[in-house]
Amino acid sequence: MPEFLRLLRPSALLLLVLSLLTGLAYPLLVTGLAQAVFPNQANGSLTEHQGMVIGSELVGQQFDQPQWFWGRPSATAPQAYNATASGGSNLAPTNPALAQVVRERLDALRAAHGQESPPVPMELVTTSASGLDPHLSPAAVLYQVGRVAAARGLDPAQVAALARGHIEGRQWGVLGQPRVNVLKLNLALARRWPGQGSADAAR
Amino acid sequence: MSTPDAVQLALYLAALLGLSPPLGTYMAKVYQEGRPPLVGRLLGPLEGLIYRACGIRPEQEMGWRTYALSLLAFNLLGGLALYGLLRLQGELPLNPLGLAGMEPWLAFNTAVSFVSNTNWQAYAGESALTNFTQMLGLTAQNFLSAATGMACLAALIRGLARRESASVGNFFVDLVRSLLYVLLPLALLLSLVLVSQGVVQTLAARQEVTPLQETIQGAGQGPARGDAAGQALALGPAASQVAIKQLGTNGGGFFNANSAHPLENPTPLSNFLQCLAILLIPAALCHTFGAMVGDRRQGWVLLLAMLALFLAGLGLALWAEAAGNPGLAGLGLEEQGGSLEGKEVRVGVVGSALWAVATTAASNGSVNAMHDSLTPLGGLVPMLMMQLGEVVFGGVGSGLYGMLCFVLVAVFIAGLMVGRTPEYLGKKIGAFEIKMAALVIMAPLFAVLVPTALAVSGPAAAASSNPGAHGFSQVLYAFSSMGNNNGSAFAGLDATGPLYTLGGAMAMLVARYWLALPVLALAGALAAAKSVPPGPGTLPTHTPLFCGLLVAVVLVVGALAFLPALALGPVVEHLQMLGH
Repeated sequence: MPEFLRLLRPSALLLLVLSLLTGLAYPLLVTGLAQAVFPNQANGSLTEHQGMVIGSELVGQQFDQPQWFWGRPSATAPQAYNATASGGSNLAPTNPALAQVVRERLDALRAAHGQESPPVPMELVTTSASGLDPHLSPAAVLYQVGRVAAARGLDPAQVAALARGHIEGRQWGVLGQPRVNVLKLNLALARRWPGQGSADAAR
Repeated sequence: MSTPDAVQLALYLAALLGLSPPLGTYMAKVYQEGRPPLVGRLLGPLEGLIYRACGIRPEQEMGWRTYALSLLAFNLLGGLALYGLLRLQGELPLNPLGLAGMEPWLAFNTAVSFVSNTNWQAYAGESALTNFTQMLGLTAQNFLSAATGMACLAALIRGLARRESASVGNFFVDLVRSLLYVLLPLALLLSLVLVSQGVVQTLAARQEVTPLQETIQGAGQGPARGDAAGQALALGPAASQVAIKQLGTNGGGFFNANSAHPLENPTPLSNFLQCLAILLIPAALCHTFGAMVGDRRQGWVLLLAMLALFLAGLGLALWAEAAGNPGLAGLGLEEQGGSLEGKEVRVGVVGSALWAVATTAASNGSVNAMHDSLTPLGGLVPMLMMQLGEVVFGGVGSGLYGMLCFVLVAVFIAGLMVGRTPEYLGKKIGAFEIKMAALVIMAPLFAVLVPTALAVSGPAAAASSNPGAHGFSQVLYAFSSMGNNNGSAFAGLDATGPLYTLGGAMAMLVARYWLALPVLALAGALAAAKSVPPGPGTLPTHTPLFCGLLVAVVLVVGALAFLPALALGPVVEHLQMLGH
């Protein structure tokens, strides 16, 4: 016991010094370097439209009107795509509630895209892990082209071409999955055909 | 599996096996010679300064008891400081959101969790912690708990390498060198690469934005919809913490969704590097071991045994996740994708399964998909990886010292079979050594199974969010995670009740310190022992035969202890799913 007490002093001093080093000096050094070299990324990869900050291009957001491409369902609370409360549904594959909510989403998608629509890509009826997934597979984007074009009074071929232009391949040709960033695609829609994005124009 | 997915897996294994030998050799230099080349010259003066400021005499060697007491003193004070920080964060700086201090039990659970290198989180980072707490409390303990595990391993390796020695090293020196020469440089490098990919690193806590749909609508027809709440982005000094949480097998997410959050893990490259960082140091330490005991083959055998167990688990998890959920078949969904509930598109099914197995094989516990929504067998693998005692790579330091205890048991069993006194690396393995190894192997079994049984027989079972067998799996997973210092979760479980915060904290303490102390006692006994020259009856421990024996011992112990519980949880759930 006396030995333990003798060791408390160097332990306490070392804890103090190392905490300042790893808990203050190190994160502040990284912050300084990050803000100097990668200021855009370090602050959340923010993107603007018409002078307003409309979001982070890495974080998904809610689109539910017909003239936009819709992202994945989001399980965050209290509202979808709450970027201050990330998280998933945590529903087990065997939970009847999962099959139930998937069926409801499927019905809603069929109602919006026509009953004859092709098989629905899985990610359009399942929630992501973070509730903030910004991406869809190319198939899930192309699935929605007809509806978006109709709502905007556009030629579907034009909208499909825009969507195809937004497919991001695997990083360095190898890593990850081919995908489309839904916010970037919708931003391109808004810039290419301005004035047709509001609910009025869609009607 | 598609060709690109197979290429990614091959690339991952190649990077792991390619990078671990040089890093392992480098770390052996750190623990043997003190100052590694280059980094040592750069940071050497700082090291000396730290010792002077703290009154530490680096040349002073410690016996195992002093080493263990130093470890306990340092960790005890670290836990108390973190507890204080969590409780008082409301009064401390860098709190623009005006967050309050954490509740006492939850703060106790969290403090134990981060000091014991578990990083179990019963709170959501972005809404419960100030950036001050995240940095000075959590980022610091991410480093310190990892360095503690590495120091403890260095002592055990010295015990095996030294002959008739009364000392096993100096805890404070091992701690400081692990930090300065290994963890800090790697974390600095990784954090900057992560920022370049989009991981946030700022002292701001929030950014208000107006989502695109509302921006356009607002311009078109006056005020936006009544329910439009805008979007607030949670920000913070994430990259610096994410780097060490991956490298130090910590695993506690800066944000609630951990590395599934797009601002914590934004791109396939960030995902690849973070996933690599989970296993890098634990794998490299096998080579450190080989170099320090003067026979690299001894390190390779342990690494290959770990790899064999890892690949077996990975194969099962990949198959289960790609097979998907038959409960959703026949609804008119595209059926080739596998199970996507709780997964991110940029990561994909294969990337999620790889991470899930790696993070539980190592005692990391970070996630890039929600394990609660994995298929039953896809969830069984992570659970089993933890239940094997976190020795398949395991925690930095702790994984290898756990595996070395299994090695002693394997040597002992082989000795019984041929009727000779067991030896390992020239040291006789006697009753004391086997007792200590058995303690290390048995303690987590109790830390997992006893609280699980208590939880499911009482009202705490109601905390699970899914019905039936999966509800039981959630509880079993929680204590498998805490009772092995992993930290990942079937996150639907509400773990804020007293049984989970307090009982879980006890499980984490047992899993960390009831293992570290016998390991240090073992180190002391081995260091004091004479060396016996290998005779014709000595079992060589660098052969494929021994590798197989070691794998078998790990599997038999794990299986005997946990098969009944696994049968009640994921196995039943799998059968129910098939019968659907």
